[in-house]
Order: sequence, then C-alpha cells, then structure tokens
Amino acid sequence: MSEARKIGDVILKVDNISLRFGGVKALTDISFDVREHEIRAIIGPNGAGKSSMLNVINGVYTPQEGTITFHGQQRRDMDTHEAAEHGIARTFQNIALFTGMTVLDNIMTGRNLKIKASFVEQALWIGRARREEMENRRVVEEIIDFLQLQSVRKTPVARLPYGIKKRVELARALAAEPSMLLLDEPMAGMNVEEKQDMCRFVLDTNEQFGTTIVLIEHDMGVVMDISDRVVVLDYGKKIGDGTPDEVRNNPEVIKAYLGAH
Amino acid sequence: MSVVSGARGTATPDTFPRLLLQHAAVRPDAPALREKYLGIWQSWTWRQTATEVREMAMGLASLGFRRGDNLAIIGDNRPRLYMAFAAAQSLGGVAVPMYQDAVAAEMTFVLENATIQFAIVEDQEQVDKLLEARETLPQIGHIIYEDPRGLRNYDAPGLISLEQLRELGRKFDAANAGRFDQEVAQGKADDVSVMLYTSGTTGKPKGVCQSHRAFITAAQGGVEFDRLSADDNVLSYLPMAWVGDHLFSYAQALVAGFTVNCPESADTVMTDLREIGPTYYFAPPRIFESVLTSLSIRMEDASRLKQRMYDYFMRVARKFGADILDGRPVPLTGRLLYGLGNLLVYGPLKNTLGMSRIRIAYTAGAAIGPDLFRFYRSIGINLKQLYGSTETCAYVCLQPDGEIKFDSVGKAAPGVEVKIADNGEVLVRGAMVLKEYYKRPDATAESIDDAGYFHTGDAGVFDADGHLKIIDRAKDVGHLSTGEMFAPNYIENKLKFFSHIKEAVCFGHQRDHVVAFINIDLTAVGNWAERRNLVYSGYIDLAGKDEVYALIKDCVEKVNAELATEGELSHSQIQRFLVLHKELDPDDDELTRTRKVRRGFIAEKYAPLLDALYSDKTVQHIETQVKFEDGRTGSIAADVKIGDARRLPMSDKAAA
Repeated sequence: MSEARKIGDVILKVDNISLRFGGVKALTDISFDVREHEIRAIIGPNGAGKSSMLNVINGVYTPQEGTITFHGQQRRDMDTHEAAEHGIARTFQNIALFTGMTVLDNIMTGRNLKIKASFVEQALWIGRARREEMENRRVVEEIIDFLQLQSVRKTPVARLPYGIKKRVELARALAAEPSMLLLDEPMAGMNVEEKQDMCRFVLDTNEQFGTTIVLIEHDMGVVMDISDRVVVLDYGKKIGDGTPDEVRNNPEVIKAYLGAH
Repeated sequence: MSVVSGARGTATPDTFPRLLLQHAAVRPDAPALREKYLGIWQSWTWRQTATEVREMAMGLASLGFRRGDNLAIIGDNRPRLYMAFAAAQSLGGVAVPMYQDAVAAEMTFVLENATIQFAIVEDQEQVDKLLEARETLPQIGHIIYEDPRGLRNYDAPGLISLEQLRELGRKFDAANAGRFDQEVAQGKADDVSVMLYTSGTTGKPKGVCQSHRAFITAAQGGVEFDRLSADDNVLSYLPMAWVGDHLFSYAQALVAGFTVNCPESADTVMTDLREIGPTYYFAPPRIFESVLTSLSIRMEDASRLKQRMYDYFMRVARKFGADILDGRPVPLTGRLLYGLGNLLVYGPLKNTLGMSRIRIAYTAGAAIGPDLFRFYRSIGINLKQLYGSTETCAYVCLQPDGEIKFDSVGKAAPGVEVKIADNGEVLVRGAMVLKEYYKRPDATAESIDDAGYFHTGDAGVFDADGHLKIIDRAKDVGHLSTGEMFAPNYIENKLKFFSHIKEAVCFGHQRDHVVAFINIDLTAVGNWAERRNLVYSGYIDLAGKDEVYALIKDCVEKVNAELATEGELSHSQIQRFLVLHKELDPDDDELTRTRKVRRGFIAEKYAPLLDALYSDKTVQHIETQVKFEDGRTGSIAADVKIGDARRLPMSDKAAA
C-alpha cells in the first residue's frame, strides 16, 4: 500500500481537447499531461472551464475534438464506469453524498466496484460475499483511521458540518483505492483551519498511497503550496503550464487573475 | 521498611516489571490491554504484553539505555506507551511521561531538566516537537515512534520506529541470553520508577520522583479498599503524565491485574465508554458536569411522556437512591418505586452513558457541586471522592462505601498517616510520599519535614466522623480578628455551587466578620428575571435590582446555614454582601487566566466598596476603569447597594 512518492512517467495525456455546448465553447484546444504520483492543479477564474476539463477526464463529457491517452491507450472519450475501473476516482464541487446514510455506509459505497460476489451470494450472505465484506470493511476502516473520522463513523452524513462532509467525500473516493484522484475544489467554502486540514490530508494521501492527484482549486495560495505542476485556464484556453513558480511569474496568468495590462 | 496494614502479602512482587512477569505466569491468556483499532477492539494478553515489554526493553538496552536513565514517554493513552513504562523500569530506568498537548517550547524545560536521551512517542506530531527541541538539546539521541504515518521521508539520526526497536530487541535478546531476567532481578523496590512533573502553576515544573514501593503501596491500598480484582475494566483516557492515570491505569492495573482499555481517539471517548462498559471509572468533575448538561438538554427535547417519566422517577431517585446505594433502611414502597424507576429510567440512562457496569467511580481535582454529586449517586452510580497529589501518588484519603459526604474527601486511606498542622495544613506520612523532587534538594527539604511528613499546602479539618475536609490552599487561609480560621475559597466555592452566582470573593482576614462580593451569572439570572417579567437593560441594571438582591440573599443565607453546622467555620458566616456592578474579568487582572480570583488585587481596586461593607452604609458610589476587548479603556460608574444577611447561631446538626 505504501509506495514511495517518486514522480514517474506520464500516465494521462490530453491532446487538443475542444468541448462545445451548442455555440458555447467551454474548452478550446487544451493539451497537458499528468505524471504518475504528482499533484497536478488546474486553476483559473470562474467559468474558465476547470470543471468541464475534469468532466472530460473521467468521461462525463465527450469532447468534440482531441484525444485522451490514459495508461498508453488513446481514445476520444472515457466511459465513466470504465474510468472508475481504471482507477480514477473523484469528488464533487457540490457534495454528493447519501445524506441519510452513515459515514461508514457512505464510504462503503466507494467499494462497490471491488465486489465480485454474485447477487445470490450477497443475498444469502455466503461464500465470497462474506469474505469480501470483511475485506472491504478493513479497507474502509483504514481510511477512516487515515482521515480521522472515527468519532463520526456511525453518524448520518446529514448531521455533519460541511468541512467533515468534504472529508467523507474524499474518504469515499479513496475507498475505491484509485491510482488517480480527481478533486473538484476540495477546499471551497472552508475556513482557514479546515483548509489546512484538507491540505494535510491531500498531501498525506499522495505520500502514503502514491495516488496521482488532479485538483481544481480557486484558492491560489493552497494550490501553489501543495502542487507539483499547475495548468492555468482562462475562457476555456490554456494560458499557462508549469511549476507554481513559473506560473506565478507568467504575465498571462497575472493578467487573467489581476486584470492588469 | 514501613509496612502497610495488610497491604503486603508474602510473595507479592515489589517492582512493576516483576508484577508484570507474575501476571504473565499466573494469567497468561487474560487480557491486559485493549485498544480499538480500525473499528475493532484488539487485545494484548498478559503474556503478549510481557513479550513486547521484553523486546522493547532489550531494544533500548541495545541502544545503550542504562540503569538510572530517564525515558520520555509522550502521546495519547496507547497500550504500547504503557508498555514503554515497564520496558524502561525493567532496565532499572525511570519513565518520564509528558503531557502530549504541550508545545515544543514547553517540553524543552522538562527534556532538559530530566536529561532525556531516549524518548518513545506516539506519532509524527510528537516527533516533530522532539526534533525541534533537539536543535537546542542535542542530547536527545534516540526518538522511537509508534505510528509511522507521515514519517516515511524523515531522515533524522536516531529516529526509528517501535517495530524496528523490537526487532533490535529480539536480536539483542538472542545474543545476550539471560540479560533481561538479570536486569529485572536487579531492580529494587526503592528505585525510582517514574518521574511525574507537577504542572507548575507556581514557578517551574518540578519532577516528582516516586519509587516502585510508593506506587505499589498506593495501588495495593486502593485495590484492597475497593476490592478491585483481575475481572475489572478501566477506560484510560486522561493524560498519562497525570498522577491519577498512572495510579489507576498502570499501578493498580499491575497490582490487581485488571484490564486497561484505550480509546480509539480522544474524540471517541464517550462511544468507547459505552462499548467497554468499565467497572471502575475516573473523571474530573467537569466531565460529570458536561454529561449531565447534555443529558438535560436532550431531555428537554424528549417527548412529553418521557419527560414526565424522567421528572417523576428522578424525584424518586433523589428521595431513595442514595440511601439504597449506601445500604441504609428504605421503606418497601420506596424500594419498589426505585426498582420500577431503575427498569424504566435509570437503567436505560446508565446504559446510554456507558455506566451500567460501574462498580466504583471516582472524582477529584476540583470541588464537585452537591447537586451533581447527588444526581449520579441517586441513579445508582457509586461516585466517590478522593484526595491526593502527585507527591502522594494520588493516595491520601478515600471515601469508604456507605460513608459518602459531598463536602469531604473521606478517611485516611489504608497505610496513610494524616494529621493537621497547627496552621491548618494537611500533613501526610507513608510509603506513598515522594522520594524527592528531581535535582531540587531545596524544594524537597521545604516540603518534607524531619519527621517524614509531606506538607501538602492544603488546609483541612477533620469532621466528627474522621473525614477530612479540604477547605483551601494553606497560604490563602487567614484568621478573623477574633482568632477563628477563615477559609475564603471554601466559602466562595459554596456560593458558586448556586447557578445564579458566577463568582464570589470573600474577605475577613483580620476583620471581625466576613463579607462577600458577588458576581451574578448573567445567563442564569437573566433567565430567572425573564420568567418573572423583570425588565432590565444589561448587567449593571440587573445586578442592582432589589429582586436580585433578595435572590442572592437567599443563597448567602443558605451558605450561612451550612457554615453554622461546621464548628470553627461557623464564625465565617457572611454578614454583609454586595452584587458587583461589573463582571470580574481576566482582562482587567481581576481573575487569573485559569479563572481564580485575585483577592488582594480586587480588595485594592474596590477599596471603597470594601470599606462600605465594613461600615453602616447601605449604598456606595464607585467608578471603575474597564478594558474593552479592542484594547480601549473606559470607566463605568454605579451606586452599589449593600445587603445584609442573617447569620445563624452555631449548631452541631450535621449537614446532610
């Protein structure tokens, strides 16, 4: 489980992606790559196309042009289910949890793809079903420990504060044991302390499990602190790409963010 | 050797490592330690515990840990950290537990004072602090951590995991057969086993050196007094650096052989309590208080039927519960009603709180309100008080079953000699008294006299039944001009038990009678006023209302009635009082940061009011400087009324 964090080869590459909704051009000719074990940020002002980009990567949207190369396999679009089976997990900008279920059950749903037992086995609680449930629970408990959710294990999600819900969402994504994690604004709406906690958890995830992380973020400070490389989008176009320092000094980026000429 | 009443059997081992080995031989498969990990309670049997302790000890030995060395232990209550105590002691070393929430700078003093070279810590957080401290204290050569999370990329010399330490230990053990047994055999009862640092509210922290004999004596006394056995269970969640936890979770567990349970995390204590259902429990008053508060709030949200049932049966409990618990005669109808209440209310309630199986619960550390104390006893929880300090292994007085008074701390525990000095200070002698303060012969000489009595610094009195009543810090106790003892804190605490009174300051030293400044509790009194349609604009206005004076007068007179039954203290009844026009505030230096009143400062600041209390005036004008939260200062002026309270003649009727 613990792989040393050493940035490896390119595992995901998007080339010349363009995405239109009718006449609206959400993304125009975007290309960038993601290397194994790195933390890659996509930043940009409101409406820059960040979430659309993420949705293209895990197959929610099909781009009109361009290709996605994942683990050496080139394709036009990703199937969401296929993306999950290939080890891509994600969290959402607006929390998408089952609010009536407990934290534990929510995280257990993240193990869905790992269940191989047949319907009959599960209904009768025999054979593989039982072994799998125990194994799944073990993985989930490790994640609960990792994200320090022990005290809310049996609490329905609806009763939790926002910052903890975000953490539960991360936990559910981790339960799929992804090789790549897509995080859509994981720190949005949080106070400073919650942000710091979340940063710590993102960095720990990356370090402990070697998970490649692609994250969208609004908060420039957070991004610059934890990312290895940053892509900057503005009005659906890529205007910068590089290390946080390179991006910070890029005149195009400064213009987009500060509106200066 | 000071032999303690029946506390030492012939074959009882006299050091902690030998006790551990005895349990491993006598009850190898019984659980010694438990911890919830990944949602499941994991157990260590006595045999496994002994094996791990042996590996850790041998690992430390291979790194050069020698007889007399100090081992720092820092972290939450974890089974392996408890084992670290025994590992250090096996080698003739001294365990030095430290508060896990202290910041690096605070730890530096202790690390330096105790010349720490070896530390066993819980996790990354503690490792970071030690690495920071090491920049100024290069002697910290070996840091051993239990939880490797986040530490994989650390590359600091001498930093290894507990797993690695045990591996070193296994190799060392194989190469040095017999070394471990030899080391354990060399240990002597009078060796220092543990060093606990006092919190240091007065000056720098001092290391209190306690021997194996001291803690084993204290533990045996407690075990016999409360008939603890290997079948008991305790939940260990209070800091390991605190003397109480060391007595309950380490010393008594090793003497009686009961099971120590560690919570999953600091946030899950209440859930863990419910799952474990300990038979033996300790908590400071504030925990009992917060449990009762959350219970009351939840009862207010309950359905009408449940509320009425709760109210009715709590009345029954108040009437008969304590007597049933103490084995006093209770009419048959009372017993039947209580039994029904137990079925419908108390039983389910205790189950929810995780207190169903509690045989003995202790509280100490601060004054506990009588209502709070009665509540727990009335629903059948055998809550008792004890008295002790770090210097006495938390073992001086215990309340015997069936002889419970909320305002005393019980009788001298078996093997302890307690006497009251002429100045009212409580003196203690016995095997549980500290050996010395570490590297502080001056402080040692100051607190232990030639006859071997430890001076506690607390003032106390014995009541007619031989129960010790702690009334104040000795240095705060004064005398009335008529010569009787005056214990301001004691009276202030009695006043503060009323929910309407937030703070109280009593004066009387070298005066002929006692007077009091009172701060009302704005929330409680505000609520009370609203229910009476009493209009008020703010604190000053409310504090000056005649109705409020009548309310406070009632409280003061109840305190006087209690004091009247307490012998010499009956002279300390409050004659005149006033309700202060502003709330006492740490920002104005009237209270310390820990909310203790600074009596001298207050007397000076409000001199006109104090003078008025000792005159015939009924009202006094005063102007006071106040500091606002943004740092500005301003002044408030008020005409403060002065109230008279009725004093009662001294009586010998015992307070219930």
